[in-house]
Amino acid sequence: MTWENSLPLLIVLTSLVPGVVIFFLKESTVGVRTTLNMFGAVAKLVLIAVMINGLLNETTYETRLPFLPGIDFVLRADTLSILFCILSAVLWLVTTIYAIGYLEHSPNRSRFFGFFSLCVSSTMGIALAGNLMTFLIFYELLTICTYPLVVHKGDEKALRGGRTYLIYTLVGGGALLLAVIWMYAIAGPIEFRDGGAIDAIVEGARGPLTVIYFLFIAAFGVKSAIVPLHGWLPRAMVAPAPVSALLHAVAVVKAGAFGIVRVTYDLFGIDVANDLGVLTPLMIATSLTIIVGSVLAIFQDDIKKRLAYSTVSQVSYIALGVALFGPLGSIGGIMHLVHQGVMKITLFFGAGSFDETLGVTKISQMDGIGRRMPLTMAAFTVGALGMIGVPPTAGFITKWFLGTGAIEANSHWVIGVLILSSLLNAGYFLPILYRAWFKPQKGDWPSEHDFGGRFETFWMLLLPPVVTGVFSILLGLFANLPVGLLYWVRLIVLREYEL
Amino acid sequence: MPQDLAFWLPVVIAVPLMAAVLAFLLPRAAFPISLGAALITSGLVCWAALAAVNAGPATHTVGGWSAPLGIDLVLDGLSGLLLVLTAIIGLAITVYAHGYFQPGDDLVKQHQYNFFWPLWMFLWASLNALFLSADVFNLYVTLELLGFSAVALTALAGKPTVLKAAMRYLMVSLSGSLFYLMGVVFLYAQFGTLDIRLLSAASAETPTLLASAALITTGLIMKSALFPLHFWLPPAHANAAAPVSALLSALVVKGSLYIVLRLWLEVFYPLADTVAPQVLSVLGVGAVLWGSLQAMQQPRLKLLIAYSTVAQLGYMFLLMPILLKNRDDSTALAATMSFVFAHAVAKAAAFLSAGSILHALKDDRLTALSGLMKKMPVTTAAFAMAGISLIALPPSAGFLAKYQMLQSALTNGYWGLVFVVIGGGLLAAVYIMRVLGPAFKKVEPYGAESTSKAVHVPLVMSIPTLALALLAIVISFMGVYLLELLAVGTPWVLKGGL
Repeated sequence: MTWENSLPLLIVLTSLVPGVVIFFLKESTVGVRTTLNMFGAVAKLVLIAVMINGLLNETTYETRLPFLPGIDFVLRADTLSILFCILSAVLWLVTTIYAIGYLEHSPNRSRFFGFFSLCVSSTMGIALAGNLMTFLIFYELLTICTYPLVVHKGDEKALRGGRTYLIYTLVGGGALLLAVIWMYAIAGPIEFRDGGAIDAIVEGARGPLTVIYFLFIAAFGVKSAIVPLHGWLPRAMVAPAPVSALLHAVAVVKAGAFGIVRVTYDLFGIDVANDLGVLTPLMIATSLTIIVGSVLAIFQDDIKKRLAYSTVSQVSYIALGVALFGPLGSIGGIMHLVHQGVMKITLFFGAGSFDETLGVTKISQMDGIGRRMPLTMAAFTVGALGMIGVPPTAGFITKWFLGTGAIEANSHWVIGVLILSSLLNAGYFLPILYRAWFKPQKGDWPSEHDFGGRFETFWMLLLPPVVTGVFSILLGLFANLPVGLLYWVRLIVLREYEL
Repeated sequence: MPQDLAFWLPVVIAVPLMAAVLAFLLPRAAFPISLGAALITSGLVCWAALAAVNAGPATHTVGGWSAPLGIDLVLDGLSGLLLVLTAIIGLAITVYAHGYFQPGDDLVKQHQYNFFWPLWMFLWASLNALFLSADVFNLYVTLELLGFSAVALTALAGKPTVLKAAMRYLMVSLSGSLFYLMGVVFLYAQFGTLDIRLLSAASAETPTLLASAALITTGLIMKSALFPLHFWLPPAHANAAAPVSALLSALVVKGSLYIVLRLWLEVFYPLADTVAPQVLSVLGVGAVLWGSLQAMQQPRLKLLIAYSTVAQLGYMFLLMPILLKNRDDSTALAATMSFVFAHAVAKAAAFLSAGSILHALKDDRLTALSGLMKKMPVTTAAFAMAGISLIALPPSAGFLAKYQMLQSALTNGYWGLVFVVIGGGLLAAVYIMRVLGPAFKKVEPYGAESTSKAVHVPLVMSIPTLALALLAIVISFMGVYLLELLAVGTPWVLKGGL
């Protein structure tokens, strides 16, 4: 195998191998485990950097192994997969640091970090999958590896949450399996391609293709929590904070959203999808999800639950961008893939730190928390403002492109949805910010934990939210830098629309 | 070198047979003898399979007398695949059983240990002979030998429950063979030969053929425990000693299944348009649903796994109509055989892990299994991997097989089967999660359970279990090789050359 042939596989292996090794480590070998984790995370970033450089020079990176007659196991780097790869790799590195701090002294850490690494490997596989079969393999592997993380606490509630999670995702997986097989049956051994793998709709295939598209959306809709398939998400909140962070920002929810992007652009092709008339129902479903998610969020007092419903709403921006036929909407949707990840992970890091440091899990307990933990709360604030879409955060860029995309696609009512959603976001985030910064502290914190040191909390819990918070602003301020995010996303969209 | 390959075919049968005799005569050396035989047989079988892929199928004429007078042994893709499967699982079980039956000072166990080896080697020899036989009477003989050794092995556990189960198993096995033999008589009456290839050439749709097919198929599905004739299987498989359970579920039921496939492909194919294949398929659906529903309600792990076998056996009959409708197109056969392979590996791993659990905790009620992940991480991981393959989540052997099944069902327009296969996977997830869900439960350090600490399982047991479980995952990337082997000369009539 040449270097170009093995690089995509290596990117998957840089977390898979440490993950498997970690399972066999004793609980007490913190040093080895941390080194392995960090080595894997950094090596992965380096390999991805090499790959980006190669892609800019028009090199093709592809690992291809025979799987079944006619169907290969394909990992291939393209502009879209790189975007998801880099997002996952960066956030994995940050989350690993956070998780090490968060889980200090708690039991079953080897098991936790083992599955954590497998989970990231699956995400990498999803990003790099070059055809439906490979995508399916990693998509289901992700379900398997996240289950032990969701039930990590091992109490009745965690097990129940895990069960709900599995029921939803396995049924979704069944739908995906059906869609994949059906697609292969009518279209032959197709692979993902810029601009779509289906060139034109053959007479008579219109009906099945439409059904298959909706099957795909239903299957991905489970993981990306499109209403009414979102029921598992709030219940999976029993997982430890780093898991929730990873689940919401990169792994599960994002894998579903990425699936919608992948299938619409690189399998069907946006023109074929538009021709089939499936984009309007998708637009309606996502708009509904955006509104319903936000409304439900308002009624949650539990911080993590409110964030969970906020995810339901926010992730649908990605699919909404896909559904808006036209380059601007696509740019908005694909950029939000990154933006939502960075902002939501900041919020979850914050929520986790409040819990670990002060025992605060409810919004009603957050009065005056800004004075006790200013840096964490500042990062949380940036994330929250980003969700509302206030400039200059990353969230604003998304909404700008989605709004202009809606005009371009002649779906002006979507702007109304965006405005309403921003108002609702403000409605459930601003009270938190008000309580945290302006209200005085109400009595003692529920269970304060003194980590010592100079900072408001343990540094491993503080650094990650601050870093991702800064990213959320930088992504907004410098969106238009050469070789910045917008440049890259524009590149993706130009290829998808074959402009 | 097909000539050379043919020479070695009887050796594959003779080695375990000789080991059986030696192990019986020298009980003290039984394990080394059996292990040696297992290694030699596995090596030979794998070499033979490779040689068959390169040089095509091989025929050995026993004693130089060819059919219709003499007995022929034939190695083709279908039998090669099953020989390889038996070798892989046989090797793992041989190692595992040495740990499981370790006698110590216990006289009862000493007795079990002494009798296990000759019986097991005898069973292996009969299985190999069965897969290589090219003659319907010879198949009858091997089927009987297989049945007897399987029943004796079941009874080895010695508990009253198992004796009752073994008795029932014996009755079913004998009646099954009797049905089969009657069918053979009909075949001989009509065509005057017992050689499958001659039968195949002469076969035509006549009432006699139909009667023979009905008798033979009924007898064989009794032995393969296809719903609703599965009633004997769960008690026998669940109460036998773990290595024996693994053998029964993974290999023994596949012996009679192999004959069903072989005879329908080669001899009964003129009946492809009758209702018979549809009936088998419908019974398969029944098995998937009934077996899964039963597995969801079992209080004990080994019973759960046994009912899972009932369900999984159903899948192996689902594609019969497609398989027979167009024998040129081998995708349905490939799907079915991939499933047989996947099920055998995963089920063996599942039963062996259940055996380790029973060995360590002295209890396999599901209620005793909470926190298993902490107590027995390696065994739980092995069971989990086997479970993933049984549910058929990717990447696993089960997924590879079910994918091919779905593809075959969908391209042939059998939408009902598509939903059965996908739905069956979800049902399997439900019963597998009955075990794996509580496994993640936090165990109180000072809980009443005596098992809150990690428990020791000897390496001689955990390594073969884990190896099989890993194989159940890894096979998903070896599908092309399995299919390449299967494609060697099956079915005989169409591929010719024999």
